[in-house]
Amino acid sequence: MMVKKIAQTLTGLWSLVVGLRVTGKNFFQPQITVHYPREKVESIEGYRGHIELVPKDNDPFTARCMACGSCARVCPSGCITLHIKKVTEPAVSAKKEDNSQKPEQNNQKAAPAKKTKTKRVLEAFELNYNYCSLCGLCVQSCPAGGLRFSDNVYLAGFSRKEFEFDLLARMRAQKEGK
Amino acid sequence: MLDFKLDEIEQSGDFYTRNFQPTPEENKLVLNMGPQHPSTHGVLRIILEIDGEYILRAEPVLGYIHRMQEKMAEVKTYPQYLPNMGRVDYLHALAWNWAYAGAVEKLMGLEVPERAEYIRVITCELNRINSHLLWWGAYLLDLGAFTPIMYAFADREIVMDILQRITGSRLTYCYYRFGGVSADIDQKFINDTREFCKYMRGRFPIYKDLVTDNIILRKRVEDIGHINLETCRKYGATGPVLRGSGKPYDVRRAEPYSVYDRFDFEIPVYDEKDALARYLVRMDEMEQSLRIIEQALDSLPEGDYIHPKTPKNPKPPKGEAYFAVEGARGKIGVYLVSDGSKSPYRLKLRSPGFSNLSLFAEIARGTLLADAISILGSLDLVIPEIDR
Amino acid sequence: MINLPLPLIQILIGLIGILAFVGLNGLVLVYLERKIAGHIQRRPGPFEVGPHGILQPLADAVKLVGKQLITPKGADSVLYWAAPIISFAPAIVCFLPLPFGPKLTNIDINVGLVLILAFTGLNVLALCLAGWSSQNKWSLLGAARDISQSVAYEIPLLLSVLPIMMLSGSLNLYEISTSQGAWPWQWHIIYQPLGFFIFFICILAETNRAPFDLPEAESELTAGFHTEYSGMGFGLFFLAEYSYMIVACAMASILFLGGFNGPIVSGWWWFLFKVYALLIVMIWLRWTYPRVRFDQLLNICWKWLIPLSLINLLVTALFIKL
Repeated sequence: MMVKKIAQTLTGLWSLVVGLRVTGKNFFQPQITVHYPREKVESIEGYRGHIELVPKDNDPFTARCMACGSCARVCPSGCITLHIKKVTEPAVSAKKEDNSQKPEQNNQKAAPAKKTKTKRVLEAFELNYNYCSLCGLCVQSCPAGGLRFSDNVYLAGFSRKEFEFDLLARMRAQKEGK
Repeated sequence: MLDFKLDEIEQSGDFYTRNFQPTPEENKLVLNMGPQHPSTHGVLRIILEIDGEYILRAEPVLGYIHRMQEKMAEVKTYPQYLPNMGRVDYLHALAWNWAYAGAVEKLMGLEVPERAEYIRVITCELNRINSHLLWWGAYLLDLGAFTPIMYAFADREIVMDILQRITGSRLTYCYYRFGGVSADIDQKFINDTREFCKYMRGRFPIYKDLVTDNIILRKRVEDIGHINLETCRKYGATGPVLRGSGKPYDVRRAEPYSVYDRFDFEIPVYDEKDALARYLVRMDEMEQSLRIIEQALDSLPEGDYIHPKTPKNPKPPKGEAYFAVEGARGKIGVYLVSDGSKSPYRLKLRSPGFSNLSLFAEIARGTLLADAISILGSLDLVIPEIDR
Repeated sequence: MINLPLPLIQILIGLIGILAFVGLNGLVLVYLERKIAGHIQRRPGPFEVGPHGILQPLADAVKLVGKQLITPKGADSVLYWAAPIISFAPAIVCFLPLPFGPKLTNIDINVGLVLILAFTGLNVLALCLAGWSSQNKWSLLGAARDISQSVAYEIPLLLSVLPIMMLSGSLNLYEISTSQGAWPWQWHIIYQPLGFFIFFICILAETNRAPFDLPEAESELTAGFHTEYSGMGFGLFFLAEYSYMIVACAMASILFLGGFNGPIVSGWWWFLFKVYALLIVMIWLRWTYPRVRFDQLLNICWKWLIPLSLINLLVTALFIKL
């Protein structure tokens, strides 16, 4: 009984030595910390930033978005607001000057008259990133493949206002920047 | 100087401190542990009546992080509720993802492609390892060892990198969709995961040397917080708490869902019923998860990762469905009632943490304060999940 | 010109030197502790203030000094603020009889050992006052833990020191140092390995270091006896803790490791080297082990350390007699 207890104590003490050996070994191993401002994390592949609009393949200033609004409807937090203007244009030729000046009047007048097509044009794609939970439902629901996640890991700001984006303007600004 | 009367201080507490039946013992101290306390892992509050350091009574007070998750489901459409599931239990988010997606699929009669099932198994098990690792670190932090949590975080980081590539998030995943998952896995994911399995196997001996075999830890967890099967049954405890009490109940085996019946894995069971048993169950479970992941990677079939005809805005037929999965903390259940509209009529979430915490009041009685913290840690509580 | 007696001048100079030494050592130890903890946990530790974070402890100290001192509502303000001072002041006195080098002893008194043991005992009183006067239940629990822990561990501590007194035949720390030779096999640890082991465990418990840091067990008692202290109130406790660590390690190196005696050239460098080596071991232990439970702590003391040290004492006495 006594012998057993002493043996137990000795093995217990030995386990303490083993523990010290583990931490001692780790002391001399290289550190894992990434010193952030000086170094950057490598593994940001697949990171989901806020969403952004995908430009058309042939025209980098126009979004693929066809303003159907399915992303706004599916969003659980209601972060997406689409500003759409309805443009009516003749089916045959393009008279863009008229349309852009008075779109609403045009819409009312022109609709019954000729064979025309009503087109929804995206004016602004407002994203309130403050409420976004990055679920990705909008990206998936888009029938045109017009949304994707940005990869800006280092996004930061001082106020909520800075996280209210107009994605259309952002996309154009980015293209112009390039 | 301040004129202070002790009675006033006693009177000044809140509803819970003023309105609870005190134990008849004299010379006791009423102590509020939490909502801000280093060992309550968030905003759990426990009212303790102690005599010296012995606990006469412990009463958990819940609801500090109640977010109305169940009510939220009633006002959102089915897909809109998906991101909520990542926030219920942030440590094993994918299991909750799965439970909800599974319930909706069951109601809709939606078939999940085989590849998607395998992806779900792999990612869910990776997430389980992650959850257990964090529990391990945090538990040792409760017991006063600071270093293990840093090692656990280093290992967690690898899993999070792997999962981030596929799911896009690192913690609150929203990856599973009705009829599959939101993105396919690629060869790099497979290679990384295999490498991680190998790496993790090499880490277990270090964990064992540093912590599990340590005599101080052993003395802190052995013979503490005995939970017998009867108590487990009474409170509905599941997961490692139940398996640490000697009952090999695991939803993955008991009610096999998905493709879990195809894998060869063991359910770790310990008969000691104490905190050490629960500790060892979780440590063994990590190894079993690695086994499952490796098997799933070996037999990963080709095919769709999501059912091609998944409706975008599902309207499940009138009816009800219950789907349970095995989470890191126990049986996660989602009970769903549909009235045929596009949002659920009622959703009930069965969180294992709630049942596991409930028995704390019973087993903490008569223990030392330090033991109570050890017991609390061994239950592996995630407060947002308990309060929902 | 005022004629001050020489010993008084000596003590004053010594006190100034000791205060500087204690302050500097506090900074060095904080830095060392955090760096070692960092490296053990595979992170760099403090890194941003100064090269490799070397100025971090200084920045922390400035922050502590600059903080508002808050007395909690209902606290006994006199006792509350007396406690940190009572904790820190005896620590200074403990440095006085320490022989840092062959000619570096502040006051050479023949009961140095007893003086140190007596003054370190005062710390218990301070922690007790701090816990009691804070009007905080966690502090009270911490103080209660500290008292029973310190009182219990004082016994094996004394019992493990007694054989050294027998071996060297003196209570004067300088004489104890010089009774040992320069080389490790001439030190008392060779004759008293068990005594050293017990002494080391006891000083861990006496200085509230992990794995015996129960009075301030932050996962159990939030911060134990100093829960309510802010600014320099906490700072003094902190400094006192580190000072007591140094005193304890200095005692260990004088009693068991030959003090300032060392191979090749004896001197204060050997003394500091031994002290710091022991301190590093203490830090290493802290970042490796979980905390023991309260009853286990007392069990270790009463069931193991005291009987073992008694046996050790008896065996030593027998050997000396033979």
